[in-house]
Amino acid sequence: MARSPAAARPAPARSTRLLLATRKGLWTLTSDLARNGWRLAGPQFLGHIVHHAVADPRDRRTLLAAARTGHLGPTVFRSRDNGRTWKEAVRPPAFAQGSGRIVDHTFWLAPGHADEPDVFYAGTSPQGLFRSGDAGATWEGVEGFNAHPQRKAWCGGDQDGTPDGAKLHSILIDPRDPRHLYIGMSGGGVFESVDGGGDWRPLNRGVRADFLPDPAPEYGHDPHCVRFAGGNPDRLYQQNHCGIYRLDRPGDTWQEIGATMPKSVGSVGFPLAVDPRDPESLWVLPMDGTSVWPRTSPGGRPAVYRSRDGGKSWKRQDQGLPRSQGWWTVKRQAMTTDGRDPTGIYFGTTSGEVWGSRDEGRSFRCLARHLPHIYAVEVAAG
Amino acid sequence: MTARSSHEAATVVRVRVPSPLRSYTGAAEVGIAVPVLAPELPPTVGGVLASIDGAYPGLRFRIVDEQGDVRRHIKLFVGNALTRDLATPIPAGEVLMIVAALSGG
Repeated sequence: MARSPAAARPAPARSTRLLLATRKGLWTLTSDLARNGWRLAGPQFLGHIVHHAVADPRDRRTLLAAARTGHLGPTVFRSRDNGRTWKEAVRPPAFAQGSGRIVDHTFWLAPGHADEPDVFYAGTSPQGLFRSGDAGATWEGVEGFNAHPQRKAWCGGDQDGTPDGAKLHSILIDPRDPRHLYIGMSGGGVFESVDGGGDWRPLNRGVRADFLPDPAPEYGHDPHCVRFAGGNPDRLYQQNHCGIYRLDRPGDTWQEIGATMPKSVGSVGFPLAVDPRDPESLWVLPMDGTSVWPRTSPGGRPAVYRSRDGGKSWKRQDQGLPRSQGWWTVKRQAMTTDGRDPTGIYFGTTSGEVWGSRDEGRSFRCLARHLPHIYAVEVAAG
Repeated sequence: MTARSSHEAATVVRVRVPSPLRSYTGAAEVGIAVPVLAPELPPTVGGVLASIDGAYPGLRFRIVDEQGDVRRHIKLFVGNALTRDLATPIPAGEVLMIVAALSGG
């Protein structure tokens, strides 16, 4: 593969806008230039379950939101004016007729390659991959995955998923090659395509799956969140059901980097965020994955853990966060960074709070509270 | 009621719409024109839902999945009769009622 491009330059000073996808609608949270004052706006799509909302960094005006309600089927809403007006997709992600499969909800949205304006990818529950070439108006199945003869072996049946349903997530597009894709699946593992989604291969060597009879299978793993390292698409970080991992390409064996986390905290969690300006820097937000998997902050003392050396060591960051009785869960799409200097880091909780740091995690403050269960936090153009 | 356009005959079926779908229709009840294939063939539930999607794009997929099955939390009544079969005929004068079942939290 080509050499890694230089780490991204810091975004110029402007406000930071967060898209807050929740179980009851979509809100936005917009900062002043100093990221000191924040203004909450919304809701849009009140009563819809919004699993994910993303902004298109290519045109800085297109937003997509994946929505459904408890009663109605899934759809995608799209805005071409930064969220002022929205239209529903003409043809939302749906499996092929006759396949017997049904999209329960669209779970993950990803803008495509910079050279492919208006291309977006979507991952669904149960595991399906879809592509739009018209900024989300119509969606087609990526049949190289959806109809792959091994797909069912990789993923299991559509009813075999996690409590919220099996999911395809973490759709990564190599910034140097639009045909080079990675996906993560819970369950299934991490897979790679080098031909634009025509064919796929498992990429899970070195990752534990100690919930399976064979603890080192080729596939069937449970990655929770997979990200490119900031500015280095030859490195991937992964928060998994069974720890935290790093993969340096062209190698194909993941290295466990969560073993150096404090034993009392462990290395289970859902989200993982990277510093867009530093490939060695990442954050995780551990949760209690013991016994019945309470999925809360360990001991009720929430903290972010940061590594600045690619996962060799970790530092606890909890200044400003509750010292006790903070029983949070932060979902896999609900922690992100803003690319400013210093990097801002933000996360949303299932209890409807948004926390943010404008100094790379050294201190946090609560930016919003009393919102519904937060599914996703993403940065949009300010 | 049968209406005739310049191209084909159509009958209008009244459809009662639950509140979660009124963002599409803007009304609690709409009249949907359904093509009449033959005088002896009444419109079907599936035919009405196909026509309703023409009038209000996207509505059908919210209540019928991609395999052609009525979604789990949706109920359809033709008159007072519950049906999940899209081939169910709708006799003249009957109303198709869409119900979005309530679910928790």
